[in-house]
Amino acid sequence: MSEHTDLLIVGAGPAGMAAAVTARRHGLSVRVVDDQPAPGGQIWRGIEAVAATPRARRLGDSYLSGAERAAAFRACRALYEPESQLWQIEPGFRAFVTRGGKARTVTAQAIILATGAQERPMPFPGWTLPGVLTVGAAQILLKTANSVPEKSVWIAGCGPLPLLYMTQLLAAGGRIAGFLDTTPRGRVGAALRHLPQGLGRLGDLIKGLSWSLALRRTGVPVIRHVTELRAEGEGRLQRLRYRTESGQEAEVPAEVLLVHEGVVPNIHAPLALGCAVSWHAGQHCYVPVLDAWGESSQANIFVAGDGAGIGGAEAAEPRGRLAALRVAAKLGRLGEAAAETTAAPERSALSSALALRPFLDALYAPRPQLYAPPDETLVCRCEEVTAGELRARAVEGRPGPNQLKAFTRAGMGPCQGRQCGYSMAHIVAAAQGRSVEEVGFYRIRPPLKPVTLGELASLDEQEPAA
Amino acid sequence: MFRKLHDPGPQAVTIFIDGRPVLAELGESVAAVLLRQQEGWSRTTPVSQSPRAPYCMMGVCFECLVEIDGQGSVQSCLTPVAGGMRIVRQQGRRSLSA
Repeated sequence: MSEHTDLLIVGAGPAGMAAAVTARRHGLSVRVVDDQPAPGGQIWRGIEAVAATPRARRLGDSYLSGAERAAAFRACRALYEPESQLWQIEPGFRAFVTRGGKARTVTAQAIILATGAQERPMPFPGWTLPGVLTVGAAQILLKTANSVPEKSVWIAGCGPLPLLYMTQLLAAGGRIAGFLDTTPRGRVGAALRHLPQGLGRLGDLIKGLSWSLALRRTGVPVIRHVTELRAEGEGRLQRLRYRTESGQEAEVPAEVLLVHEGVVPNIHAPLALGCAVSWHAGQHCYVPVLDAWGESSQANIFVAGDGAGIGGAEAAEPRGRLAALRVAAKLGRLGEAAAETTAAPERSALSSALALRPFLDALYAPRPQLYAPPDETLVCRCEEVTAGELRARAVEGRPGPNQLKAFTRAGMGPCQGRQCGYSMAHIVAAAQGRSVEEVGFYRIRPPLKPVTLGELASLDEQEPAA
Repeated sequence: MFRKLHDPGPQAVTIFIDGRPVLAELGESVAAVLLRQQEGWSRTTPVSQSPRAPYCMMGVCFECLVEIDGQGSVQSCLTPVAGGMRIVRQQGRRSLSA
């Protein structure tokens, strides 16, 4: 049996929760499906359980601020379905959701995709070895399991997250062997021209600087301008090799290496729904084409939060509220003029939250070597396809990513190209002397997450007679 | 690889990894427990049988697939632990019966 709500929200992070609260305030019936067991998304992961524990304070004020958001979300009485995977949406809309091994369909008049971001995949030799994880993964382990690397940990990459995690890790009593900073030389200068517009976000800048200074005070070795990484070991990470822009090379023992090169929007759901996307040159990724409310090229499908373009939690919330206001107006629960009036402060909150973004984007843009890994690197982790194989195939008849997928199986495994999509596009582009934008991306088809035949069979419904 | 910073106390439960009893804490994911084990790896790949372990912890890499209570290829980073849960590290291609 289908269950109907006015609005279906996918994701219970900052954008999804804010959208739900706003939509409920305007009388809409709302269903929120999320694959995590509790609300908060990645930034406020596990906040309800962690807020009352001694470790909450160590994780910082911006993490703690999630507690009141989660409480407001619970209080808004949206139908909340955690541990639920959404794997298909049909026009109309009819959405297919799996929870606890059982699939069912739900219907809604409008959809807000608030599926957030994922860390930008960074392929290098040995990145599939046990012991190599992302910085985001380690931060989730710290938040939800109060776990830290057993021995001194190596951290490689760039961006605000490694700095934040290192600060949190040291406060928790963890140990850091060294930070391999991959920010190329000259980036600060290039980024500075974006600073004037970001000065309104002085607080964020100071926060970032304070992390860097705290790190320096603790004496954590920082190796700058790292261009190449190689993880080695028998069945698990044992050694790490790196090389810097100036040619300095070293080999160090390592048990855990954490990597991070920024985040990119999760675009699988918008792509599968046929929403138009465009290449964002500043953030070096695809973003959905959206109007000022967050509505996509497909009517009544909205994208809010980092899935709409990286902006962080403070941008995600106004984006979620804007989308919800527009849905309320479209469904006749709110006058157009009232929606505009209510939207005005949200729009200014959004633009203020995004003011520092161009500076950060320029400072931490992916280094040129990121998507040009050595031939032996596994690009597709699932199907174990190397960069060399893709390069060799890419010059035979100028295939695109989808043809190469068919030839090599790259992108065909359970992650469905989430870890190799951008690497594939860059490798093809480089081999063919084309732009990444021109090369395009995998065609994303349902199911958005792997579904078992048992789950399909559990769908308790029949197709209407033709 | 990882260690827990506190004693779970009353939140402690026992789960079984490849038949061996292991201490876990309510609220944490199966993947978090797997990363605290000596073995380090949590599955081997279907293509080359090379060992893998949880990588992203947020449901997008599918490296943490294990068998949980008889169900194969479950994302252990999205699955909270429950007392008595039985985890089996998957080796190679999963069989149709699991």
